Amino acid sequence: MDPRLAFAVSLGKGAGVATRLLRRGGGTALPGLVATRVEPNIVSKLGRQLNGGRVLVSGTNGKTTTSRILASILDAAGTPFLHNREGSNLMRGFASTLLEASNATGHLRLPVNVLGLFETDEATMPAAARAFAPSIMAFTNLFRDQLDRYGEVDTVAAMWREALAAAPKDSTLVLNADDPSVAELAEGWTGPVHWYGIDDPAFATETRGAFDARWCRSCGGTFSYSRRYFAHVGFWGCDGCGRSRPTPDTVASDIRLGIDSCTFAVDGLGELGMPLTGLYNVSNALAAIAVARLLGLPPAAVVQGVGRVQPAFGRQEVIEYEGRPLRLMLCKNPAGANEVLRLLASIQLPGEGLNVAALLSDQFADGQDVSWIWDVDYELLGTHVVACWCGGTRAEDIALRLKYAGWLTPNVVAHDVSVLLRDIVASTETGSDVYVIATYTAMRDLRHALGRNVRDEG
Amino acid sequence: MTLRVAHLYPDVMNIYGDRGNIIALRFRCVSRGIGFELTDVGVGDAFEPVEFDLVLIGGGQDREQRRIADDLVAKGPALRAAIDDGLAALAVCGGFQLFGDRYVDHEGGIIPGIGVFDLETRHPGPRADRCVGDVVLVTDFGEVVGFENHGGRTYLAPGQKPFGSVKRGFGNNAEDGGEGARTKNAFGTYLHGSLLPKNPALCDELIRIGLERRYQRAIMLAPLDDEVEGSAHTAAVHVAKGRSRSA
Repeated sequence: MDPRLAFAVSLGKGAGVATRLLRRGGGTALPGLVATRVEPNIVSKLGRQLNGGRVLVSGTNGKTTTSRILASILDAAGTPFLHNREGSNLMRGFASTLLEASNATGHLRLPVNVLGLFETDEATMPAAARAFAPSIMAFTNLFRDQLDRYGEVDTVAAMWREALAAAPKDSTLVLNADDPSVAELAEGWTGPVHWYGIDDPAFATETRGAFDARWCRSCGGTFSYSRRYFAHVGFWGCDGCGRSRPTPDTVASDIRLGIDSCTFAVDGLGELGMPLTGLYNVSNALAAIAVARLLGLPPAAVVQGVGRVQPAFGRQEVIEYEGRPLRLMLCKNPAGANEVLRLLASIQLPGEGLNVAALLSDQFADGQDVSWIWDVDYELLGTHVVACWCGGTRAEDIALRLKYAGWLTPNVVAHDVSVLLRDIVASTETGSDVYVIATYTAMRDLRHALGRNVRDEG
Repeated sequence: MTLRVAHLYPDVMNIYGDRGNIIALRFRCVSRGIGFELTDVGVGDAFEPVEFDLVLIGGGQDREQRRIADDLVAKGPALRAAIDDGLAALAVCGGFQLFGDRYVDHEGGIIPGIGVFDLETRHPGPRADRCVGDVVLVTDFGEVVGFENHGGRTYLAPGQKPFGSVKRGFGNNAEDGGEGARTKNAFGTYLHGSLLPKNPALCDELIRIGLERRYQRAIMLAPLDDEVEGSAHTAAVHVAKGRSRSA
């Protein structure tokens, strides 16, 4: 027995019980925080007991949904696994997840060969790679996000390379072939790499949107595209050194997007249906499928798991309020927001336009700098919107952005979400869909007002 | 009437929503029936500053700034001559730094600027805190709000006028209470947010200065309904009071 570990576990567990008794928040971070104070290596000591494999999933967008889809596949396959919940993707969150699964002496009360699945914050990747010694690391994409917190895109790329340097040399990288910033991680990596990518010419676009990779890190050449899906994602090639999009091992084609579901074909699996939509979610599904294949999970479980994934917190979740289905779409950075707007612009409802509530907040978890909204193409929806509402702690900023994007005057601009909800009911008919595009804490506050759990139910 | 705007390195220098400045200028011209002509100027492109009424440059990542610095130096003499002649210019964040005399990184490496503003920016090294947060300034055009996020500290030479004085936030170097720089009609600042949408008076001044220089007469811009702009401005001041340091 490791007495320090046991002491750390007991204290952490005590903190968890205390917060639950006092009903202070969800209590997911505090136990980990307390235990880490006593035993800084707690994540490593508990985490490495997960001997069925340790999978880290990171990226600017899609890490929560990718983890969700993979969890759903693991459930379908009957594979035992431990999974951190969204919002606890920092070291202290991992510690809390592991503590909950540990007995008082610091041994995981889990079946042998249990798998660890950890959605990981971009900046936490180096520490997570050191602690877990992961067997698989999946990277979804790299876009600008919360520059006041993370620093520049290049800073995040440097942190990921640091994570790779700290990881076991034989761990497998699962990389998005369509994103050159992610593909660059394979340069100099001697371990195995599994590539995934989208191959569907129907989704090629001319629009550029937020463009966060222009130059090859290896040679300084410029990227050009024979097919661009969005931003810097697509069939890229470097004009300098000739590097280009690797041929993916897991490919999606024949993609059909509906309002709240989609279908796509994957080699060896046939056609899959998924109760999520948007090209970005197909990409997320591919990342999860790639990991599932590496884990040797049966194809039937992959198809079933993808088919019954539940949306994560605010990601195409539908909550009915006074007879109006509120369709929640988390928008927290330009690339993610542009994809959501493109999706909404493609939704053609016969004879009616869209009701949209846009909520912008600037709390720590959102990023305090709201200038990113000026990189979002709200103009895409200008003519589709028939009623709109502005909310969040920076409701006035989003109202100004939408005015300059040619949207009609909002019904209400208010910080108080209950004011918005009242007006939504007063000015729409029962049964009307209302699309809510919101930052993280604005979404949390809305869910709170709707009487839902503030945290993700997991 | 038409305002002719040159946007320097739009693909590269655009990290902090700098596109918002273009959107605001266009909106406030078009709303008044003034034409708006935008020319993107990239690395290696021919550039005649005298053909324009307003020049804009935004901020980029370190790696990107290094890539455009040489090209900017090549374009520098013509640009400086035009600004000396009254051309309006707005340089934000990294663009502001490169419009100074030089940028000195923490290892003493120098990136030369074009000397529109007589100032030097020094990076105190990766361990120093960045200057990040909401800002309120007092300027020649009244109160200006924005958001700053910079590692470098900028020091003005004696005689170089700042753009404004800091009421909330860090400003050029977190020491002297100054923010940005002004030389004739060229304005440099760390503020994004984006800058011009929430500061319509400043936006209109840039339009007016540009048009007056081109058409060689006094120009009165028709007033616009700025209620939404005013609310966003007031809200930003409120946020800055709540969480930024007072100078």
